[in-house]
Amino acid sequence: MDNFALEISDLRKVYSGGTEALKGISLKVKEGDFYALLGPNGAGKSTTIGIIGTLVTKTSGTVKIFNHDIDQNVSIAKSILGVVSQELNFSQFEKVIDIVITQAGFYGIPKSLAKPKVKIMLKRLGLWDKRDDQARTLSGGYKRRLMIAKALIHEPKLLILDEPTAGVDIELRREMWDFLKEINNNGTTIILTTHYLEEAEQLCRNIGIIDHGEIVVDTSMKDLLRKLDVQGFVLDLEKPLKEAPNIQGFEIRLEDPLTLVTAVSKKSSINNLFSELNKIGINVKSMRNESNRLEELFIEMIKK
Amino acid sequence: MKDISNKTILITLWTLTSKEIRRFMRIWIQTLVPPAVTMSLYFVIFGSLIGPRIGEMDGFDYVQFMIPGLIMMSVITNSYANVVSSFYGVKFQKSIEELLISPMPNWVILLGFILGGVSRGVLVGIIVFCVSLIFYPEFEIANLGLTLLVLVLTAILFSLMGFINAVFADSFDDISVIPTFVLTPLIYLGGVFYSINILPELWRQVSMANPMLYVVNTFREGMLGISDVSISFSLTMISIFIFVFTSLSLFLLHKGIGIRE
Repeated sequence: MDNFALEISDLRKVYSGGTEALKGISLKVKEGDFYALLGPNGAGKSTTIGIIGTLVTKTSGTVKIFNHDIDQNVSIAKSILGVVSQELNFSQFEKVIDIVITQAGFYGIPKSLAKPKVKIMLKRLGLWDKRDDQARTLSGGYKRRLMIAKALIHEPKLLILDEPTAGVDIELRREMWDFLKEINNNGTTIILTTHYLEEAEQLCRNIGIIDHGEIVVDTSMKDLLRKLDVQGFVLDLEKPLKEAPNIQGFEIRLEDPLTLVTAVSKKSSINNLFSELNKIGINVKSMRNESNRLEELFIEMIKK
Repeated sequence: MKDISNKTILITLWTLTSKEIRRFMRIWIQTLVPPAVTMSLYFVIFGSLIGPRIGEMDGFDYVQFMIPGLIMMSVITNSYANVVSSFYGVKFQKSIEELLISPMPNWVILLGFILGGVSRGVLVGIIVFCVSLIFYPEFEIANLGLTLLVLVLTAILFSLMGFINAVFADSFDDISVIPTFVLTPLIYLGGVFYSINILPELWRQVSMANPMLYVVNTFREGMLGISDVSISFSLTMISIFIFVFTSLSLFLLHKGIGIRE
């Protein structure tokens, strides 16, 4: 029998203004999973996370964290949950080290035990040199790292990250990915919401797509990507062209004199395209994916 | 595994309380120094300069009569201000999420903030008392037990009121309206500077409806041994209000009013 880190059943949320943010969603995330929860703005992702973290009061339905109901066993459920919120939620006037030690204290970890753990965590996240700085003086990237350090200091079994890499530069984003992969490999179940679909594709094994308060997709990343019919490619040419070539079976457009963009169906072979281009004297210097594959699927799913 | 242990709860309570104490100690120039300066001015102007012209009040030198009232005024405003600004601050900065996501029970959250407010109120009370000794070194406390009891109960009561104000506050204006337009007039008209026995009968009766009068006079009974009101009635009312405001605060936390969406 599977153990579930998170079980959501028929979860509904109607805000006081009458907006129905969640229309009875159900979701199960297995222990050890790295799960992506995607959806456009206003789809209900943050409301779902808010309810799991008890920051938002649900209208109806049940939420269980490692089989602990958040209504009946709230303290235990919360003690094994870590949440990295979308918005910064620490005191801006405190020192970095004090913020994390205090956070440990909120989970019942005494200062004497918290100190060595905090040291390890801050070093791992590259914050140790900033430990005596006031949080408000940190750059955006370091503030994000601090949010993660806070959420992990009590070693939660389930970690939920609500757009953790929003506004973070590429280098730091990659560093965070490595870090998250590492803690997932060490057994922490992770649920991630993000607008960077490449991030979900790189990190997550399973994926749920939420739209207008309903789960429209809940499947494995592999299965979802398998559904993709068409892939876009960008071809860099050796010599400039005046117009796009007309090759049967392929839709080709000239982006600029040295760049062709094409969509290749799964049924066709890209070799055919190259041989046709060769025949008419067009040599391709290099090639890359036009855009993220998942992005295309995502748009397709939420259009339905 | 049914719930978190008592030891864990104690650690969470100590963490929150020490954080609250650290907060007002870190900004001591804004929190601890102003009452000392303001009260020194009261003692200079109303005690040393005008006081001798006023003469005695209820058989005591005017400066001596004022001391309990000014200490209470400082305790009330500081315990209230500490909790209202701190709790609204965590709401405003969203760091309240740290508390709400943690396994800390609601009563621990409330108690942590109240202990922070009581700590500041009592500390400021002690500071003002020390300042008063500069102007009236021969001051002797009549009943230390009653003095300390009223000091702590008052700090608890007004910390709770500050908490409830912060729960409902949506802006910084909302946390200054009650202290400015309700608390301050009630304190000034609550017998800090005078005995209600000097008032005409009508205003004496009106003053009896002012809850501050009971707090100030009970404290004055502890410090000087005189009061315009019944001590047992005052202590009963303070205790009832503490019970009512504690219940209301816990209800608000449980329902998530003002703090959860």
